[in-house]
Amino acid sequence: MEMIVASSVGVLTAGGVYLVLRQRAFPVILGLAMMSYAVNVFLFSAGRLAVGAPPVLNKYADVPYSDPLPQALVLTAIVISFGMTAVLVMIALGSFLESTDDGVNIDPDHPDIDDDEDEDDRIAGAR
Amino acid sequence: MNHWIIAPVILPALVAPLIAWLMRFDITLARAFSLAGTVALLAISLGLFVAAADGDVQVYKLGNWEPPFGIMLVLDRLSALMLLLTCALGLLVLVHVIATDWDRKGQHFHALFQFQLMGICGAFLTGDAFNLFVFFEVLLIASYGLMLHGGGRKRVKAGLQYVIMNLAGSTLFLFALGTLYATTGTLNIADIALRMRDIPLEDAALVRVAAMLLMIVFAIKAAIFPVQFWLTGTYANAPAPVAALFAIMTKVGAYSIIRVYTISFGPDIAATGDMPGTWLFWGALVTTAIGAIGVLGSRRLMPMLSFAVIGSMGTLMLAVSAFTPESMVAALYYLLHSTFATAALFLLADLVVRRRAEGDILRASPPIVQNGLFAALFFGAAIGMAGMPPLSGFLGKLLVLETISDLPHAMGAWAVILIGSLFTIVGFVKAGSSLFWKSTTLEPVQGKTVPGKTVQEPAGALALAPSITAIAMLALLSAFAHPVSGYLEATAAQLFQPDGYLAVIPAPEPGKGG
Repeated sequence: MEMIVASSVGVLTAGGVYLVLRQRAFPVILGLAMMSYAVNVFLFSAGRLAVGAPPVLNKYADVPYSDPLPQALVLTAIVISFGMTAVLVMIALGSFLESTDDGVNIDPDHPDIDDDEDEDDRIAGAR
Repeated sequence: MNHWIIAPVILPALVAPLIAWLMRFDITLARAFSLAGTVALLAISLGLFVAAADGDVQVYKLGNWEPPFGIMLVLDRLSALMLLLTCALGLLVLVHVIATDWDRKGQHFHALFQFQLMGICGAFLTGDAFNLFVFFEVLLIASYGLMLHGGGRKRVKAGLQYVIMNLAGSTLFLFALGTLYATTGTLNIADIALRMRDIPLEDAALVRVAAMLLMIVFAIKAAIFPVQFWLTGTYANAPAPVAALFAIMTKVGAYSIIRVYTISFGPDIAATGDMPGTWLFWGALVTTAIGAIGVLGSRRLMPMLSFAVIGSMGTLMLAVSAFTPESMVAALYYLLHSTFATAALFLLADLVVRRRAEGDILRASPPIVQNGLFAALFFGAAIGMAGMPPLSGFLGKLLVLETISDLPHAMGAWAVILIGSLFTIVGFVKAGSSLFWKSTTLEPVQGKTVPGKTVQEPAGALALAPSITAIAMLALLSAFAHPVSGYLEATAAQLFQPDGYLAVIPAPEPGKGG
């Protein structure tokens, strides 16, 4: 089981890193999602792997139990990474709609980049 | 238990949703509420500062769980100082934003601002590494909103990079925490320190991995080479007052490094030893050089100021990397200085850039209203940032140079800091002369500027007050350097003799085990 968990963390991280290094927003988001899956599995294994052991102490018998803290940590991590991914999707979408490409880089040769016209238009529009 | 300790987290956490929910369409009400909240926060942090000044480490046990089982907030001199700094900076930025109408350029500025303060205050107060991660996420998610405030093509693109960089950093943070928990069995900063003292040597390798992963995470926040690339794009494209507020965000990274690598992985712990300091030294050295070269090479004002921030973070972390009580005094003094210097420059830049026909491009443009006043203020802020007397940058750099002179490669560090300062001075001279001086030779052209594109009216007293106050803080830091360094010496002593901090973990009862 250790082999399966360890290699799944490794494969997910490798895939995530590869995708994060792409130049376009969509693969980067997928890569970050894969990395957050990897880290969730990894956090589980931080409390040692145990099968069929409940995360509670039994006061009647001395039975094995699994560490509850990593499970709580994973829960927090899942919620946070889910929220962050949602924010990232929204920002990536906004960036795509504003600049009509989903590249991550700020392209210095892009004709729209070097002037602040659009920003000033927005300010004027808001008044 | 002093319940005021949690107030800097609770108060903005209550103010923010109220503003977002009830006052989203009434900017005047939102401004008044946000301002009142920030002033109250400043008063509370002042009270906590006084409470922490006697040297006691106060603990706030959330849910009254005994440490190390529950999450705890810890108030010591360092966290009280950082809280006070945050609230003072927050108030300056908020006044500037209100006076210059930045908060009208998009929705929810004040709510995001309060959430940002909540995250920063929480990060400074918490005594638990996982809770630190949670507060990092709170301050980051608010900073995404603030960074994108006002919108615009380039800003959204830069914001996307900022978010991606920080999400990758958060993932790394979780990997580090998982490794740390697997080896030490705790995430409480004080408890980690206790467990580290008798960690078996076969686990030392894993602990070192966790310590260095954490170092990378904090280095991303503090913009230390090789993970400093995000800073220029973010600060240069964020709204200028937000960039001024972000002056404290890099300091959150610096604070975390100071906290974790003195208390948890202190220099006296065999498993990590001087490894964090060694790596930090080289990273900080390159960071200082990058900052200086960037200042000299920038053709626009905002990226230039961003590189100045990188350079000052490098100098700050060089002092931290020595990990001695004396160098920590220098680092903290420089931290206070660099926060106000950065804020002063970005706030001034905002006032200047919106009046110039050429924006923030560093070439001559028709003179702006109050050219002389802005030039004088820029001069003051620039000599503060570059480290010239009489402002606090000079004393700060002097302290840093003095305290790192015992390091193995101190001469190299001296050379980088001194030549870097020269580069910074030349860069600021170049910028100042093209912004203010050369423009006086040009005729003010009335018809050429597009109406509504640049602001023509002079800056009012309220708009000028925050930048002048920030520069005045530099002068005060310099004038009262002795009492300030006295307080910082006591702060550093608390960090390097952490008995008070470690006493928050009750000693295990004999016979029951750890």
